[in-house]
Amino acid sequence: MGSSENGHHPAAIEVRELTKTFGDVQAVRGVDFEVATGEVFGFLGPNGAGKTTTINMLCTLARPTSGEARVAGHDVVRERDDVRRNIGLVFQDPTLDGYLTAAQNLRLHAELYGVQSDLVEPRMRQVMTMVGLWDRKDTTVGTFSGGMRRRLEIARGLMHSPRVLFLDEPTIGLDPQTRRSIWEYIRELKEREEITIFMTTHYMDEAEWCDRIAIMDHGQIVALERPEELKAQVGTDRVMIHTEDDEAAIAALAERFGIEAGMSEGMVTFGVPAGEEFVPRLFSDLGVPIKSVNVSRPTLDDVFMSYTGTTIRDAEEDQSRHRNRVMMQMMHGGRR
Amino acid sequence: MSTTVDRTHEGAPQQPAPEIVRVSVPQRSLASELRAIRIVWRRELIRFKSDRLRIVTSLVQPLLFLFVLGSGLQSIANAGTHGVDLKTFIYPGILCIAVMFTAMFSAASIVWDREFGFLREMMVAPVRRSSIVIGKCLGGATVASFQGVIVIALAGLVGVPYDPLLILGIFGLQLLLAFSITAFGVMVAVRIKQMQSFMGVMQMIVMPMFFISGALFSVAALPTWLTILNRIDPLTYAVDPMRKLVFSHLSLSPAAQKALDPGVTWWGWHVPGLLEAFVIFALGIVMLGIAICEFSTTE
Repeated sequence: MGSSENGHHPAAIEVRELTKTFGDVQAVRGVDFEVATGEVFGFLGPNGAGKTTTINMLCTLARPTSGEARVAGHDVVRERDDVRRNIGLVFQDPTLDGYLTAAQNLRLHAELYGVQSDLVEPRMRQVMTMVGLWDRKDTTVGTFSGGMRRRLEIARGLMHSPRVLFLDEPTIGLDPQTRRSIWEYIRELKEREEITIFMTTHYMDEAEWCDRIAIMDHGQIVALERPEELKAQVGTDRVMIHTEDDEAAIAALAERFGIEAGMSEGMVTFGVPAGEEFVPRLFSDLGVPIKSVNVSRPTLDDVFMSYTGTTIRDAEEDQSRHRNRVMMQMMHGGRR
Repeated sequence: MSTTVDRTHEGAPQQPAPEIVRVSVPQRSLASELRAIRIVWRRELIRFKSDRLRIVTSLVQPLLFLFVLGSGLQSIANAGTHGVDLKTFIYPGILCIAVMFTAMFSAASIVWDREFGFLREMMVAPVRRSSIVIGKCLGGATVASFQGVIVIALAGLVGVPYDPLLILGIFGLQLLLAFSITAFGVMVAVRIKQMQSFMGVMQMIVMPMFFISGALFSVAALPTWLTILNRIDPLTYAVDPMRKLVFSHLSLSPAAQKALDPGVTWWGWHVPGLLEAFVIFALGIVMLGIAICEFSTTE
């Protein structure tokens, strides 16, 4: 199977009806998608939506309950080692050895992956230069900041020139400046190396950087599109209002304007084509006293809302309970 | 963070590495497994070297036993030791325990690695899990042997001669013990998810093993229950040949020899030192096997 490695691969990742069950909790329920070579593919959804479980299955860290997945042309169950040789991983939680220096961490990785000895040094220099850590190579990782560690993990994930790089929440818990620079590396990577990037995030603004986005909710993909197409589909401005009586306001909106509104982040929320022009009508005709109004252009958050009926933040609160349940299942005998 | 500016003018003449270095990961082979074993082993050494405090702390307890307990109990023990220094008598046992503590501590690094996530980095590498376990065990054994060497260097202080053959024999035995104990520790560590639990379990296992092994007393003429426990304790089979070796290089009266180095017996049969060493080796291999099996099926 190794010789045909450079043959044509239509897709970097192919997933068919993938499911994963922990005990009686279905974390992933029948997911289908393909990622083209060279694409930056984003998996968007609240915590607990099944993103990490999906990524773990693609990385051969978890065994699918059913369905099939191929990464870099290899089956994740039957050709586990071939998949592993061709992927780079950056986990949500740090996996560096804090006692070793940055260079020692990368060298260890190169040795574990069997990178040709004479190329270890130049490759290390290249990936560390890219993330701006070359001059810190002999520093013990234990003294690095969170952002530096994440950058080093990205460099390490690239050490063996993977064909697909998996990034599980690569920017979680980082300050906006570091988040931005990490996205710049990802863009640069895409330009310089023929690499496919598969990442998960729950930051809406980050999803905009992806070529395509799959929105995941309750273990299923509810939308899969380019970011601008997703936003175009919503096509409406979002209006959020504070009123004296929210329930009456929702009823009035349905009755007088034919608008279906919902509660989100404690405010009555709905979409209308031209928000600013709608506001005067709202004040004159709603019949419920309004305390405040907020009109915003469509964002991916609205996209998320239009598909799932809730904002990502609300979904997270809702799902943290679900997530706890999944975690309990995983800890108590859900392992394979 | 200030270092990121370089990236913006890539391709500029002063930029030394504009070329993309593409590497490829070969198919799994014996050579790549050996490389993995070597790097896991080397990591243990690097970590040990950078943790000087550990080198000191894991020596404190054995040295306390040797010099404080050895000197303190000397007057009481005089009647039974036939003029032999108590420190000389317990020296082989103390050497074993020093090696054992360090080996256990090395094994603990698996639990540590799991807690700090590094284990995952090794788990997803395209190498066999057995290579990782073997590398760990060899690393632990090497580190523990360093500790042993320090104790061997103290031999002269307790009246044990620096005979090359003796030193070589002791070194070989402690290497064997270090390997087996690390394998045992790894076997336990694979199942345990938290450092505190691991330390608790280790305390529960290590101290009884140490006390029962005969490191501090002679294995003949014990009460029956203790004799049975002593013969079951694997550490017995490391302490006894070590003591035989040391005592064969001392000039002692036959009475002292008989009282202090009676040798382990199985139903009256004197177990030869080589067989005892083999028991340690065989146990080590079995536990390594179990550790590999357990490790291969986790996560």
